[in-house]
Amino acid sequence: MTFRSIKSLLVKTFSVFSLLLATQAFAGENHTPATTQAGAVAPVADEAHGAKKEGDFNVTETILEHIKDDHSWHMWGHVSIHLPVILKTSKGFEVFSSEKLVDEHHEPAVYKGNFDYKLMEGKIKIVDAAGNIDEDASKQLWDFSITKNVASLFVSVFILLVVLLSAAAAYKKTGVKSAPKGLQSFMEPIILFVRDEVAIPNIGAKKAGKYMPFLLTIFFLILINNFLGLIPFFPGGANVSGNIAFTMTLAVFVFIVVNVSANKSYWEHIFWMPGMHWSMKLFLAPIELIGVFTKPISLMIRLFANITAGHILVLSLICLIFIFKTVFASAIAVPFAVFIGMIELLVAFLQAFIFTMLAAMYIGMATEEHHHDAHGEAAHH
Amino acid sequence: MVVGSVAAIGAGLAAIGAGIGIGQIGKGAVEGIARQPEAANEIRSNMIVAAAFVEAVALFAVVVALLGNG
Repeated sequence: MTFRSIKSLLVKTFSVFSLLLATQAFAGENHTPATTQAGAVAPVADEAHGAKKEGDFNVTETILEHIKDDHSWHMWGHVSIHLPVILKTSKGFEVFSSEKLVDEHHEPAVYKGNFDYKLMEGKIKIVDAAGNIDEDASKQLWDFSITKNVASLFVSVFILLVVLLSAAAAYKKTGVKSAPKGLQSFMEPIILFVRDEVAIPNIGAKKAGKYMPFLLTIFFLILINNFLGLIPFFPGGANVSGNIAFTMTLAVFVFIVVNVSANKSYWEHIFWMPGMHWSMKLFLAPIELIGVFTKPISLMIRLFANITAGHILVLSLICLIFIFKTVFASAIAVPFAVFIGMIELLVAFLQAFIFTMLAAMYIGMATEEHHHDAHGEAAHH
Repeated sequence: MVVGSVAAIGAGLAAIGAGIGIGQIGKGAVEGIARQPEAANEIRSNMIVAAAFVEAVALFAVVVALLGNG
């Protein structure tokens, strides 16, 4: 029944799709000027810099530029904060302002330090006198710069320290007996939510306390960075939790905590699944071993994809105004962007919750005590 | 001439899959709540979590489509 309805749905979708495609192709033949106008949206990046024509607007390039990490933090108009660049090359460390890497027209310029540095597609490379990338020297270049994401992380760490330390100080002063006040009363339900909805059901009341600091840390770090990413101007605006390096770091920590706290029965269930025939055990061991790595990888990709996709969605709605080249497009684009922004608020919380919950679930799986019954049944619960 | 890329078709197919998935979740949740209205809160929170999992798969596809496009 369900399958048949899905099948008919697919058939309908494809027929509508092919119908639309056909009319579009047909219309395109008759009205060539209309197609060229739409075609202006398609990639035009034939020239790296300089000779860009007025009116050429590359959506993909614009969006990717906004969600990637940067050496300067844009404030408004032509004002931006130039963050420090810290490089390690074969000649040692070097620190300079990223202002030196752009000229007055905001185009990449060559900075002469120990080597000649130039920004190539957002990455600092060593160039020779002719302006070509020196591949061998660039391989030894390590970029430790305070980029936009790093600076945004500092902001979020500062906010977290202020909020959480003041809440902690209130508990120290008044204890847990009196009613919470101020920021404390804002933080208490969130912390209790993480404890009662995330940690205890997944890890168990006995061991949950040991992992609460870790779970609270990742929960609040993801949450504050998701929220800061949704603010389009200065203190926010950086795409920290939509950066794969950031989510990878969190996932690596989850991986370490899970595998360090894993008990004997966890490893037994991975390498020599109890209650199975020996041939099945041999078959399951590599699959379970891959599972050890895919769990944190899926954590990493889930957070990255959700936040990045949210940013892309909002940016593409705003880009509609520039695609249609009329301010009236904003009548549709802005309400939709606000609507998506509201959904993103939910997603920001949800992803922090899901990351924490899955981390707690993995820890719970690794620390669970198994009571082997007579049949050695692997299914629990 | 049709202007566009295969990536958009891929993203659209992923959206169909996610739509079916989230529809099934919503159907299950509404049926569950209709049978047991007192469990509505618990069912709703589980529904949101499950929907987020389904949505994440669609978003993987969006990111892959975008990277393939760029």
